[in-house]
Amino acid sequence: MSAVIEEHHHDGHHHGPDKGIMRWVFTTNHKDIGTLYLWFSFLMFLTGGVLALGIRTELFQPGLQIIQPEIFNQLTTMHGLIMVFGAVMPAFVGLANWLIPMMIGAPDMALPRMNNYSFWILPFAFGMLLSTFFMEGGAPNYGWTFYAPLSTDYAPPSVTFFIFAVHMMGISSIMGSINVVVTILNMRAPGMTLMKMPLFVWTWFITAYLLIAVMPVLAGVVTMMLMDIHFGTAFFNAGGGGDPVLFQHVFWFFGHPEVYIMILPAFGVVSAIIPTFARKRLFGYDSMVYATASIAFLSFIVWAHHMFTVGIPLAGELYFMYATMLIAVPTGVKVFNWVATMWQGAMTFETPMLFAIAFVILFTIGGLSGLMLAIVPADFQYHDTYFVVAHFHYVLVPGSVFSIMAAVYYWIPKWTGNMYDETLGKTHFWLSFIGVNVTFFPQHFIGLAGMPRRIPDYALQFADWNMVSSCGAFLFGFSQLLFLFIVIKCIRGGKKATDQVWEGAHGLEWTIPSPAPYHTFTTPPTSMKEAHG
Amino acid sequence: MSGKTEASKTIRQLIFVVVGMFGFGFAMVPLYDVLCDVTGFNGKTAGKYTAKEVQDVREDRLVTIQFLASNNANMPWEFRPKVRTMKVHPGKLNTVEFYARNITGETMVAQAVPSVTPFHAAEFLHKTECFCFEQQQLEAREDLDMPLRFIIDSQIPEAVKTVTLSYTLYDVTEQIGLATN
Repeated sequence: MSAVIEEHHHDGHHHGPDKGIMRWVFTTNHKDIGTLYLWFSFLMFLTGGVLALGIRTELFQPGLQIIQPEIFNQLTTMHGLIMVFGAVMPAFVGLANWLIPMMIGAPDMALPRMNNYSFWILPFAFGMLLSTFFMEGGAPNYGWTFYAPLSTDYAPPSVTFFIFAVHMMGISSIMGSINVVVTILNMRAPGMTLMKMPLFVWTWFITAYLLIAVMPVLAGVVTMMLMDIHFGTAFFNAGGGGDPVLFQHVFWFFGHPEVYIMILPAFGVVSAIIPTFARKRLFGYDSMVYATASIAFLSFIVWAHHMFTVGIPLAGELYFMYATMLIAVPTGVKVFNWVATMWQGAMTFETPMLFAIAFVILFTIGGLSGLMLAIVPADFQYHDTYFVVAHFHYVLVPGSVFSIMAAVYYWIPKWTGNMYDETLGKTHFWLSFIGVNVTFFPQHFIGLAGMPRRIPDYALQFADWNMVSSCGAFLFGFSQLLFLFIVIKCIRGGKKATDQVWEGAHGLEWTIPSPAPYHTFTTPPTSMKEAHG
Repeated sequence: MSGKTEASKTIRQLIFVVVGMFGFGFAMVPLYDVLCDVTGFNGKTAGKYTAKEVQDVREDRLVTIQFLASNNANMPWEFRPKVRTMKVHPGKLNTVEFYARNITGETMVAQAVPSVTPFHAAEFLHKTECFCFEQQQLEAREDLDMPLRFIIDSQIPEAVKTVTLSYTLYDVTEQIGLATN
């Protein structure tokens, strides 16, 4: 470290980042931490993707080819855990770090040091989780939902490492969420009232509350597992007076809000992008905010729709069925608003817009199959089949993941100061779009035909669609290397981006120079004219 | 700056929520048990029944009751009901026996866990004596006839024609810390 920078430290006004690796280790800058989160998430996305390709390779043909059942179970479990906790959630936290301060006119996150800790816990948590692959008995093999007693009495010894990894991820998420809430409540620029905040900020505000409410419950349930395994308690052991069904109640009390944690920020991203490229204001801003809050509230009272087949009383099944269907109302409001925003707009189809439109269409397909699953008598047929796999991949991949990619294309000119390569971006979009649909649409068919999920082998009649699905998976998987190439190319150079970047973009982040300086809004902006589009 | 104190107030409130929700996760355990006791969800039967009043025996009604016995994984005992099915009059006290035999060469302790189907029949099945109320300890190769005395409540809904009472036997030798001999 040079003496000059040393001196800057002393007077507390350093204007640029430190040099070398230590910049990233000790950084408290929201932009640096956002970047770290995004890269970490991408690394986990590729890791989870490799596991998924292992699964699809084995399922390319019926019979056992390459991967034995014990390993297959580890692949499905780790794929789920890594994608949920390692790829999707950190990506949204990364976007939140980069964007929330710039969108509300704050100089940084409210708790910068804690922000640094939140991030740096994650590589250790996932390092520990991935190390279980090399342990005796192998990695977790009980599904990402880790139902007890499968995950207690019958789990490999590595389950303890899994439990502590989940604890660490939980601590990271909770600290990150506290940071988001405190930032939004206390650091908005003068004049930025709550109902003037961009929707991305709103959706993250609500998501952060969801995280704060349910991550401790997840920590609680894994702690109970830990006690059952090591300290002789019997929370989930019927022989000792416990109940395995209780596990599912506690888990899904966390698990259902969790799925909204992974989609609400996506709603925010899409609500930013569609108005820009339709060159219209977002239709129904207020209703968007209320719809998001309604979805968040409903997410707490529908959890048992994941458990229709465990044997809950008829009244319970009816309640959970109707409550679940109710979620379609605020979600429908959102889809309507996005379509109404595009209606008669002067639309152009740059890469972020393509991803955003694909999000609206494909997420709606995933939502519709969710409604089908909510119907109790139908769910007895669909439960634990590939139809469920198709459903949640439609809302998570062309849902959450597409929105993250849309966000990267949309804001990367602001982050790097360079435009990405539009031709390559569109190529990436079309490859991903085709890949995703070829992978997951046939899974609806094989699921309805009765193919169970989480199995390495299957009956012959499922063979054709499985082969199609595997081909799609490889297309989608390898397309993401193109995404990596586009991002690196954009960081290294390209056409210079203007401050506003997009002709129709509105919001405080578009009023600062491109690339965004290391420190922004050290004095709060005065005009709120540019607040939400 | 007032912003600082505002922020620390928010942080305190949020940490309070975090701690509260962690506690709530654990509070779900007793809440769930209470809910199951009250409603009979999950087909959980209540503990030892003591009659508040003598019930009229419904000579006009017969309910079929089926007995199931199964072993939890790795539980080696032989375990079966001595009668698989019987027809009983609601309100009448019945006695059946289950047979258990420890086929191993070690002393073991077992706990039977009951479940009733259909669930809403659980609250109408009263057990005045049940081997499931206690843990059963059997020496190596010892066997035992275990009694179950029950009354089907005379108020059981007409729609219920058949009740299935299932027991799963769990090995709890390690949990109760029985010294191996």
